[in-house]
Amino acid sequence: MAPAAEGVVIETAAPAPLLSLRGVTKIYGEDTAAVRALDTVDLDIEAGEFVAITGASGSGKSTALSILGCLELPSDGDYCIEGIPAQDLWPEVLAALRNARFGFVFQTFNLLPRTSALENVALPLIYAGVGARERQRRAADALAAVGLSGREDARPNQLSGGQQQRVAVARAIVNDPDVILADEPTGNLDTKMGADIMQLITRLNADRGITVIMVTHDATWAAYAPRQVVFRDGRIVSDQVRSRPS
Amino acid sequence: MTFSAAAPLAVTALLRNRLRSLLTTLGIVIGVAAVLMMQAMGEGATAYVGEAISGLGTNMLILVPGSARGMGPPTAGVPLFSTADLEAIRRQARSVDRVAPVNSRMFRTVAASRNRNVTVAGVTTEYFDIRQWGAIEGRLLTPEDTRRASPVCVVGQTVRDAMFEENPVGRELRVRDLACRVVGVLEAKGSAAFGMDQDDMVLMPFTTFSRRLIGNDRVATIMVSAVSTDRIDDAKREIVGVLHQRRHILPGEDDDFAVRDPREMQAVLQTVTGMLTTLLAGVAAISLVVGGIGIMNIMLVSVTERTREIGVRLAVGARAGDILAQFLVEAVILSALGGAIGVGAGLAGAYGVAHLIQVPFVVPRVAMPVAFAVSVLVGILFGVVPARKASRLSPLSALRFE
Repeated sequence: MAPAAEGVVIETAAPAPLLSLRGVTKIYGEDTAAVRALDTVDLDIEAGEFVAITGASGSGKSTALSILGCLELPSDGDYCIEGIPAQDLWPEVLAALRNARFGFVFQTFNLLPRTSALENVALPLIYAGVGARERQRRAADALAAVGLSGREDARPNQLSGGQQQRVAVARAIVNDPDVILADEPTGNLDTKMGADIMQLITRLNADRGITVIMVTHDATWAAYAPRQVVFRDGRIVSDQVRSRPS
Repeated sequence: MTFSAAAPLAVTALLRNRLRSLLTTLGIVIGVAAVLMMQAMGEGATAYVGEAISGLGTNMLILVPGSARGMGPPTAGVPLFSTADLEAIRRQARSVDRVAPVNSRMFRTVAASRNRNVTVAGVTTEYFDIRQWGAIEGRLLTPEDTRRASPVCVVGQTVRDAMFEENPVGRELRVRDLACRVVGVLEAKGSAAFGMDQDDMVLMPFTTFSRRLIGNDRVATIMVSAVSTDRIDDAKREIVGVLHQRRHILPGEDDDFAVRDPREMQAVLQTVTGMLTTLLAGVAAISLVVGGIGIMNIMLVSVTERTREIGVRLAVGARAGDILAQFLVEAVILSALGGAIGVGAGLAGAYGVAHLIQVPFVVPRVAMPVAFAVSVLVGILFGVVPARKASRLSPLSALRFE
C-alpha cells in the first residue's frame, strides 16, 4: 500500500475530541453596547474528563458552558461535537442533542414547581418519545441513583435544597447522557449539601464515565475536578490537570 | 409532539389554575350557549308555527273581506260575502273541493248553573271536512241540521271541561237566549293557532247562527279546501276570478277581499325567524371572538409566567414544535371545554325557555356539533399567537428570565 494512501487512512481515523471550541467568540448586544463575553477561545474536552471552569463573575465561564450545551451558538469560530460543527445543525437536531447527549444541572435547580420529583426527572424522556410506563421506571431508577428512593411523589417545595439538586442531577442523567453540564451546582447549597452533590457528581464521572463540565467560582469545589480551566475577560488564562484530591 | 403526548401536559398545566381556566372559558361558554339557545328556539318556533298551521288543515284557503294583507284584521266598511258567493265558488271553481261559511261572535253561554263567554261559530258540515276535525263523543253537525236550522251545537274540549261535569251530549247549552242541545264533543285541537284556544269554541249550524242569533246571513269568512294540495294555487286563482266577477272588481283595481293561504303565513313567519336567527348568530359570533381574545390574553400571560419552565423544557430537549404544541393544545382544550360547557348551558337554557313560553323544545342537532367545532377552531386561531411566542424563545434567555 502506498504511503500517501496510508496517511489518508490515519488522518480520517484520528478521533476528534468529544467537544472542541476553536476560536469561539460570543458577542452580546450590538455596536457600542456590544459585550464580548468570549474572545477567540480554544478548548478541547475528551470523553470521560471532569473539567472545572472557574473565573470571576463576568469572565465568560457561563457563556462557555451555554455554548458547550448547545443552549446558544457562537458569534464566531467553531464549536464541534465529535467533529461536527454545531452551527451547521438544525435547531431540532440541537434539541435532540440536548436531550440525548447532555444533562444540565443549574445553580437554581430549575425544577418545575408543583410537579412531583418523578415527573421532573422524567421530563427529558417525554421529549425523547419514551412511553409513560418506561418513563416512570427510568425516572425511578435515576432517583434511586441519587439516593432519593421513596421521594418520588414529593414536590420541589417539600424537598430541601440539597434534595432538589439531587432531583436535578437525576433529571440530568435519566436519558444516559455523555456529558453533564453543571452551572454552579453548589451555589445555592450550604457546605455539607454542596459536598454531597460534589461527591455524587464525582461518582457519576468515575463510575459511569460521564464527562462532567462544571462551572464554579469556588476553588473548594473546583478542586474536585482533575482538570481546571480558568477564564478571565472572555479568555482562557490557565488550563491545568492536577491529581485528584484523596 | 403528538396531541396524545401534549394533552396530559396541557391538562396538568390547566388544572394548576382551575379558577383561572374556568373564567377564561367563560367567553366561549356564553358564545356557544347563545348560539345553541337561539338555534333551539328558532327551530322550536318554526315547529310551533308548523304545528299551528297544519292544525288549520293542510290544503285550506281562507277568504276574508277587505284588502288586509298578511294577518291583520279585515278593513272596515267592506261588504261581507253572501251565501250566493259561496254557491258561485262551489259551482265555478273547479279546483275547489269543499266550501264552508264561518261566522263567529263571542256570546255568553249558560249550562245548568255555570256560565262562560265563548266564541260561537256558525258553520256547515263541510267545515269539519276542511279542518279535518272529528267528534270524540256524539256526532258532528249534519246537512240536515243546517237545512232545518236546528238548535243543536257541538262543543270544544275546553268548553266541555268548563261547563259540564259529565258527558254533555244531550244536555242543554243556552247561547244568549237560544237553548241548544249539545250533540257532540270535538277532538282536542290544542291551543295552537297563534295563542287562540281552538277548543274554547261552540259550533252550531250556520243557518241557526244566522237566523236565531245575529239575524242576517252574510258571511264573514269562507273556508275552502282544494281538491288536492298541489292544486291550491289553481283554486286560489279560480276563486279570485269568481269573486272579481261577483264583487264587480275591474282589472287594475285593488281587491276588496283577501285569499289567505296558511302556507304563506308560514313563509312569512319563517322569514322573521330566519332574520332573528341571523341577527343572533352575529351576536354569538362576536361573543366567540371576544371569548377567543380572552383565551389569547390568558395564554400570553401564561407564557410569560412560565418562561422559565419553557427554558427548562428547551434545555432538556424540547423542540420549538413541542413547545408550540403544548401551548396550542392548552388553548384548544380551554376553548373546547368552554364549547362543551356552552353546549350544556345552551341546551338547558333553551329547554327552560321553551318550557316557560310553551313552545316545543327542539334539540339543535346541526348547531350542536357546529358550535362545538367553531369553539375548537377559535382555540386554534387565538392560541397560535401565544404558542408561537412561547416556541420562539431562546433556551438561554428563557432560563435566565426572572
